[in-house]
Amino acid sequence: MDDTLRSPALGTVTATVRPTRRRRSRLSRLFRRRSTVALLMCLPLILIVLGLIIYPAFYSMYLATLNKAQTKFIGLGNFTFLFSRDLFWMVVEQTAIFAISAVFFKALIGLITAHLVHNLPSKGQRKWRGMLLVPWVIPLSLSTLGWWWLFDPTHSAFNWVLHGLGFGEVPWLSEPNWARFSVILVNVWYGAPFFLIMYLAALKSVPEQLYEAAAIDGANAWQKFVHITLPMMRSIIAITVLFSLIVTFANFDIVQILTAGGPRNTTHVFATYAFQLGIRSGDIPLGAAASLVMFPILGIAAIFILRGVRKRGREIG
Amino acid sequence: MSTGAADATAAPRRLTVAGSLKRNRRWALVLSYVFLIIFAIFFLIPPYYMLVTSVKSNAEVAHMAHNPWIIADGVTFEHFWTLLTQTDFPIYLRNTVIVTLCVVVITMVVSVLAAYALARMKFWGSGVLATGIFLTYLIPESLLFIPLFQIVREVGLLNSYWAMVLVYPTLTVPFCTWIMIGYFASIPKELDEAALIDGAGHLQMLFRIFIPVAMPGIIAATIFAFTVSWADFIYPMAFLYSADQQMLTAGTVTTLIRGDVYQWGMLMSGALLAAAPPLVIYALLMDYYIAGLTAGATKG
Repeated sequence: MDDTLRSPALGTVTATVRPTRRRRSRLSRLFRRRSTVALLMCLPLILIVLGLIIYPAFYSMYLATLNKAQTKFIGLGNFTFLFSRDLFWMVVEQTAIFAISAVFFKALIGLITAHLVHNLPSKGQRKWRGMLLVPWVIPLSLSTLGWWWLFDPTHSAFNWVLHGLGFGEVPWLSEPNWARFSVILVNVWYGAPFFLIMYLAALKSVPEQLYEAAAIDGANAWQKFVHITLPMMRSIIAITVLFSLIVTFANFDIVQILTAGGPRNTTHVFATYAFQLGIRSGDIPLGAAASLVMFPILGIAAIFILRGVRKRGREIG
Repeated sequence: MSTGAADATAAPRRLTVAGSLKRNRRWALVLSYVFLIIFAIFFLIPPYYMLVTSVKSNAEVAHMAHNPWIIADGVTFEHFWTLLTQTDFPIYLRNTVIVTLCVVVITMVVSVLAAYALARMKFWGSGVLATGIFLTYLIPESLLFIPLFQIVREVGLLNSYWAMVLVYPTLTVPFCTWIMIGYFASIPKELDEAALIDGAGHLQMLFRIFIPVAMPGIIAATIFAFTVSWADFIYPMAFLYSADQQMLTAGTVTTLIRGDVYQWGMLMSGALLAAAPPLVIYALLMDYYIAGLTAGATKG
């Protein structure tokens, strides 16, 4: 598994940016033909990326400058309208809380479970890994439906347990702070197995000799973790966390299904807020503006990821 | 918690007796198992509860005095039967199968061709293109669904599942290309030089050498394309609204819920049935699934 982790992911950027080698003129005709063929082979990909990703992204910026009926150019009117609303700033705050705390706990649980699985004798690892990845495999919208049922106000199976233990009932989705907790909990549940898999792969790629050398020098387990494991895994941790931040930041399924933004809009994140404005209320330009607010944040994360991927590509060679 | 287990392994440093070292190792292992079981319970609670609910009778689901975590009144498959005979679920299933098959085929053709060209046939701009594909993979769907809504409407595909065939490749193609570039790039150069000397053309080389050798990558990318197009939720939510065009995910979540009383047993059986194909594929092809997952430092 560590082979697949190394080669495809990270070797490629460096491999493909290497400048084209100059060829002898004898071969130049072949080369020209070769590059034409190559371009043709890439054409479907280029069309999809340009037509359905790049163009919509710019089209969204254009849409965001129109009025609701899309008949008049109003410049930054949609943005100034959004920025003047308390609800918008609440969404910003909630998205930040949601993304940062969910990613933190996903990474933490991923790291812990990866170590636990790594500690097991190797023949049992496969079974545990297989079992622990199940939340990641179930389509998120469907497992969220299961969570919704677990949180159901009258039939909540969690409340049944709490009741049995002598605690009061918890309003999982109807009280703002509990609802915020619940959507984060579901996201952590869904995403932690992904971190587990990534970290487990990274752990397996740390050379055993380093630990042996440290053991000879008398390092304890914590010192080994801090001075060997963490530095060796640093770039993979950084890449995984940044990726996860982007995806969690843009998450739609969980909040839409569990609360649809409620109670009183306290759990809205950018995606559900934009959906509410653009699709449900039919104000496409305003929805486009709301979702575009994500763009600069995602852009910054993307730059860091790209740097990380390139660096890791160089480290591995 | 990892430190708890770690401390146990750290202790033997001071004790040089071999027996205690062994005992500490065993304690670390026991602790690992204890915590793993706790995490496994956390991870498996929702699917377990969904399964339990889906085979309970409506009366037992509604009856709140019972322990909801166990099946007290016997197993029934009435919910699965109702779901398949009296709801729109089979239509969603058919639509999803059609869309997923189309998307997987489109994705694999487009990304294998492009990845081969990008990995092996360096041309002007190929480096920029490879990096650019990686970046487009980072643009989330929740940023694109509003402009795509407008575009889908303009091409007349609003409320048609063919719109999904149009937009799902934006989720699958960049990542699958990225995986395949990696697999193709790891194939030794000597192999294509030998083929070139034997007079093989590029397409021959792709089909005779690269695809067979990179088969694990192809399987991993196919699984990825399948699971993504099977599981997507936001696009069907935004673009489809009539039952005869709906996909499994959005259909199960939105239309099966109608009515005053939630049919929890049926909802859970629907969610489980809809989740079954990805789960089965995962159970059968776990190693490929994980290889694809770790291949690109993916989404999470």
